[in-house]
Amino acid sequence: MTATSTERPATTIFKRPSSHTGIGSWLTTVDHKRIGILYGYSAFFFFIIGGIEALLLRIQLSAPNNEFITAAEYNALFTTHGLTMIFLFVMPVTAAFMNYLLPLMIGARDVAFPRMNALSYWIWLAGAIFTYSVIFFADVAPPLGVEGFPGNLDPSDQTFLGGLPDGGWFLYQPNAGPYFSPGSAIDFGALGLQILGLSSLISSVNFLTTIFNMRAKGMRLLRMPVFVWMTMVVGFLLLFSLPIIAVALFMVTFDRSFGSTFFQAVSGGDPILWQHLFWLFGHPEVYILILPSMGIVSEVLPVFSKKPLFGYAAVVFAGAGIAFLGFGVWAHHMFASGITPVAQAAFGLSTMTIAIPTGIKIFNWVFTMWGGRIRFTTPMLFAIGFVSMFVIGGLSGVTHSVVPSDWQQTDTYYIVAHFHYVLFGGAIFGIFAGLYYWFPKFTGRMMNDKIGKVHFWVQFVGFNLTFAPMHWLGLQGMVRRTWKYAPDNNFGPWNVAVTIGAFTIALAILIFIFNFMYSKRKGAPSGLDPWDARTIEWTIPNPTPEYNFGVAPVVHTLDHFWHMKYTEDAEGRAVRRPDADEVIARLEHEGNNPPTPIHLPNPSYFPLIMASGLPLIGYGIIYHLSAAGKAMIAIGAIITISGLLGWGMEPLEEPHAPQDHEDDHKLEEAHS
Amino acid sequence: MPTSTAATGRRLGLVNMPPMLSGHRRFAERRRFRRTTALAALALIFTSCSYIEIDSPLTTFEPGGPFAEQIDRLFWPVFWIATAMFVIVQGLIFIAMFRFRDRPGAKEPKQVHGNVFLEVTWTVIPTLILAGIAVPTVQSVFDLTECGPDAMEVNVTGHQWWFEYDYPDLGITTANVLVMPAGKEVCAVMTSADVLHNFWIPSLNGKRYLVPGQETLLRLQANEPGEFWGHCAEFCGLSHSLMRARAHALSQADWEAWIVDQQAPATLPAEGTPAARGWEIYQAKCTGCHGVTFTDADGAEQYLGPAVDAFNGPNLTHFASRNVFAGAAWPDGDLTYDQALTEWLANPPAAKPGSYMPNLGLTQSEIDDLKAWLETMK
Amino acid sequence: MTALHDAAPVHHDEHESTGIANTKLGMWIFLSSEFLFFGALISNYLIYGNRAFEGTVPREVYDIPFTSVSSFVLLMSSLTMVLAHHALSVGDQNGTKTWLLATALLGAVFLGGQVFEFTEFITIQDMTLTTNPAASAFFVLTGFHGVHVAIGVLMLLSLFGISRRQGGLSEKQGMNLELVGLYWHFVDIIWIVIFTLVYLLSAV
Repeated sequence: MTATSTERPATTIFKRPSSHTGIGSWLTTVDHKRIGILYGYSAFFFFIIGGIEALLLRIQLSAPNNEFITAAEYNALFTTHGLTMIFLFVMPVTAAFMNYLLPLMIGARDVAFPRMNALSYWIWLAGAIFTYSVIFFADVAPPLGVEGFPGNLDPSDQTFLGGLPDGGWFLYQPNAGPYFSPGSAIDFGALGLQILGLSSLISSVNFLTTIFNMRAKGMRLLRMPVFVWMTMVVGFLLLFSLPIIAVALFMVTFDRSFGSTFFQAVSGGDPILWQHLFWLFGHPEVYILILPSMGIVSEVLPVFSKKPLFGYAAVVFAGAGIAFLGFGVWAHHMFASGITPVAQAAFGLSTMTIAIPTGIKIFNWVFTMWGGRIRFTTPMLFAIGFVSMFVIGGLSGVTHSVVPSDWQQTDTYYIVAHFHYVLFGGAIFGIFAGLYYWFPKFTGRMMNDKIGKVHFWVQFVGFNLTFAPMHWLGLQGMVRRTWKYAPDNNFGPWNVAVTIGAFTIALAILIFIFNFMYSKRKGAPSGLDPWDARTIEWTIPNPTPEYNFGVAPVVHTLDHFWHMKYTEDAEGRAVRRPDADEVIARLEHEGNNPPTPIHLPNPSYFPLIMASGLPLIGYGIIYHLSAAGKAMIAIGAIITISGLLGWGMEPLEEPHAPQDHEDDHKLEEAHS
Repeated sequence: MPTSTAATGRRLGLVNMPPMLSGHRRFAERRRFRRTTALAALALIFTSCSYIEIDSPLTTFEPGGPFAEQIDRLFWPVFWIATAMFVIVQGLIFIAMFRFRDRPGAKEPKQVHGNVFLEVTWTVIPTLILAGIAVPTVQSVFDLTECGPDAMEVNVTGHQWWFEYDYPDLGITTANVLVMPAGKEVCAVMTSADVLHNFWIPSLNGKRYLVPGQETLLRLQANEPGEFWGHCAEFCGLSHSLMRARAHALSQADWEAWIVDQQAPATLPAEGTPAARGWEIYQAKCTGCHGVTFTDADGAEQYLGPAVDAFNGPNLTHFASRNVFAGAAWPDGDLTYDQALTEWLANPPAAKPGSYMPNLGLTQSEIDDLKAWLETMK
Repeated sequence: MTALHDAAPVHHDEHESTGIANTKLGMWIFLSSEFLFFGALISNYLIYGNRAFEGTVPREVYDIPFTSVSSFVLLMSSLTMVLAHHALSVGDQNGTKTWLLATALLGAVFLGGQVFEFTEFITIQDMTLTTNPAASAFFVLTGFHGVHVAIGVLMLLSLFGISRRQGGLSEKQGMNLELVGLYWHFVDIIWIVIFTLVYLLSAV
């Protein structure tokens, strides 16, 4: 695997980028850490967008028969709130953690395919921008003429926000099909998801290869941190679920733009098939969202309990088990759809079995804390908050597995409460735990703990005030996705509470933003090991040097770093090694002063170029009936293909002076 | 621990240590304790709040028939098991948080890596509990899916955004209000004319989709006469939130009277009355979508309106026998029936976004005439 | 790592815990995803194969002898791909070039057959993407397979072009050949499944 002189391009179209500062360096970076940071900031931007959408929804629902926004705007906002939070916040923000931490946790200098890593980020960003760019196309004519159906779109509904995709993130057919959603909004949603899916597919191939191939010496599979395990599990989930949604979305696009009849009942299509395909992806997707946070919490709880993770292997295999079972439960989203009783019973039972590995994880987390010496730092509070809230979400999930109960609960606010306890109380609390925990790793500074705790408590109270009453509202009959509810239902008071809760969460996020900006500049310097941590990403200086490890690590145990600092006495109690402080000082020194020069992959323009062609192809497909649309497809394809060609002609690393090679060779020897 | 890390920090020449390592330990402890109490109090508040009655007519907690009762019986044990599990887990977390919090002079923790007995316990016990839940679940699924042999069939068709009810054995077609005899099973044979809908009368049973091109079944039965509220539960487009439903369960006598009323065609209003002018307006502007069966001047039964299977709105022959209209969403709030009908006729899309019934540009006198005519359609 | 002294060192991916090159492992992982992609498309066809309110369904108009021949052609291209790989491994650069070109040509012949088949279905049999769900499922499934074959042909031709210009393939490009080979065999295997399930078993 070396580049010979014959394939070095004499000249490429562009001069290869080489700067390490400024905007250009960010656009061309292939450094997994910088890509992680790009993911993190962009995801957080969309978190705020999705949050504002939620606030608008909540204002609308704060009183019966409210007229704050129109029905079209409401439907568009709940659709984009879902799409944004799932695909533009939780997935990329977990990708941010994976990008930044995965190589550090397994002792690697980068991921297996650094340029593909950049590519997946730029494709993700292209998909995000593409999806939201629909607001500029609201007035453009629909792709297919609609015949024989009275138009149900009042032009006055085509306001700025009303032009967003409005079929629900689940795009149920035929409502989101060509006849009943004639505008181009749904096409932007469907093709945007397709582009975002491509990004995730590339990431999953990259991360899986990295985990399988790039582990440090001695880093056996069962010595990997749980977060790495969960990254692997998520990689497999993406790998096996994305192709299914890709097929399903292609079918929708063919239906909408090219007149095929897959889901259109008027032509013999089966709308229920869409649901099967969608949830065959959609349910694993839920675990794609929650498992990384489970990984984060499995890192945070042991550190602040000063104990190893209770039942490490059980937690790992339970995670894998959840993922495996996750492919066999999709029809529990469809208990009311009229599938046969045999299928309903079978999927009810399979759904119940998910509770078993989930319970195993929860009990292991609780017993990690049990007998420990718990420090209530902000990351720990968020981790404990995660466990508590996730228990509620998990248990309300069990009530859905009781099929007849689900017939009453499905499509009501009870479900909204359930999955927000899992995805907000779970996934997002876990993400905040990770942010506070690894902030020193990213920046070399500590997040302010006092403000952090205020953030936690405001968010915790706001979260419960928002989502706990929804259980009750749902069981009292408030259906989901309703723009208005009748005054006679007496839903008003509780909806006011929910809305107050939503604004409390917004306040918490503002506190977080303040803390983040403040701590980034003024936070206390963290040193190498601010938390008395256990895993090897903390054996290198903070913030992480560009080359990650000054000396390639060799791993002897699970929680390798901990064992460098601690031993056990006869009772099994932790005893700090007398030389622990010297070890840390040595690591700090080694990390800042690598004994041999280290060469890293060079920055590249081509990932960005390749990604930028994709949205153009997307616009072209939507408006393919017009000449402009056809031209867009051609231009997009040319840009993407030329990016690919440039990529193929460019070596991952530019050749170095011969002197360097000798050093590198030594370094390689040291590696292996 | 903090001492050693702090020492490291000092040795490494760090000026500021992370704030979480700084002093005032006892104060911090007291504060932690207060927080724990506050948390417990909060949990208690939420639990008690749950018992404040909303008293919604859509509640799932007041089953009015055997099927909803069966679901209700299934829900509560599962709810209490889940609650017990929550209390156990949350209790363990609280105890751990309190007992094992970092205190000055606390011993270093034992480095326990796991415990096979515990792992087996928390695998086996939940499995047994779930198996216990599974048996009645599966039984109920089969009990509740197939209609009983003596059930009366009603064809339910979902439209954007109203439900149509067709009684094939009685030759009755109505909309918005499902009328049924109390104490007798109704088998709803359901389909959709356009997109997916989801028929839900919480007091009578759970929900079931209405799928275009397919047939789904739902068993409905009310124990006593009464009015039950419902709602379309699947997102079905612009005015999903205004696609509502009612079910009226009638005593046997009322039911029989209702059948007789509904089977009778409408009688034409007397010449020169406002109702007659309304009838004219109907003939001029409404027959594209709304059907009426009536007795003409010669005493013959006639039908005016869209062809069978064509796009249609609710049949108006017995409009005034129903206490709601426009997808059972109106009258709503403080509006009287009369006010609501005026508003509706003046501009349907304003009342119900995306409504297929267009704004006909009726004048106030035309609206009054139409209302007068509709009042005669008992 | 033989060429280390006269080449740019690649640091971050030298270490391979499994002993399989990153690119190859990555390709395997990617192909496992592709299996599900076609799995979903084939399942769609199996569900929709008879679903039609009106119009011709694909199974009524299959030309089995014709498709058998084009399937055979694609199958043979897998053989020539193996031969290309073998030729490179014994250092026969000319043989590699020849077999690469042969593989690309066989692939192109298969594509030509598919274009002919589509044209016939659309113009003579009056069965298009929009006719009914069965036809939709057929065209989308075989169309996506055709796109995969076309991408494969382009990759083969690029390798052939590089080889011609440079007078042979380097070690790294040899790895590329192996990757293209993996992909090509995958596309071939998928076609065997499609031919069996979609054509043979459902033809009338």
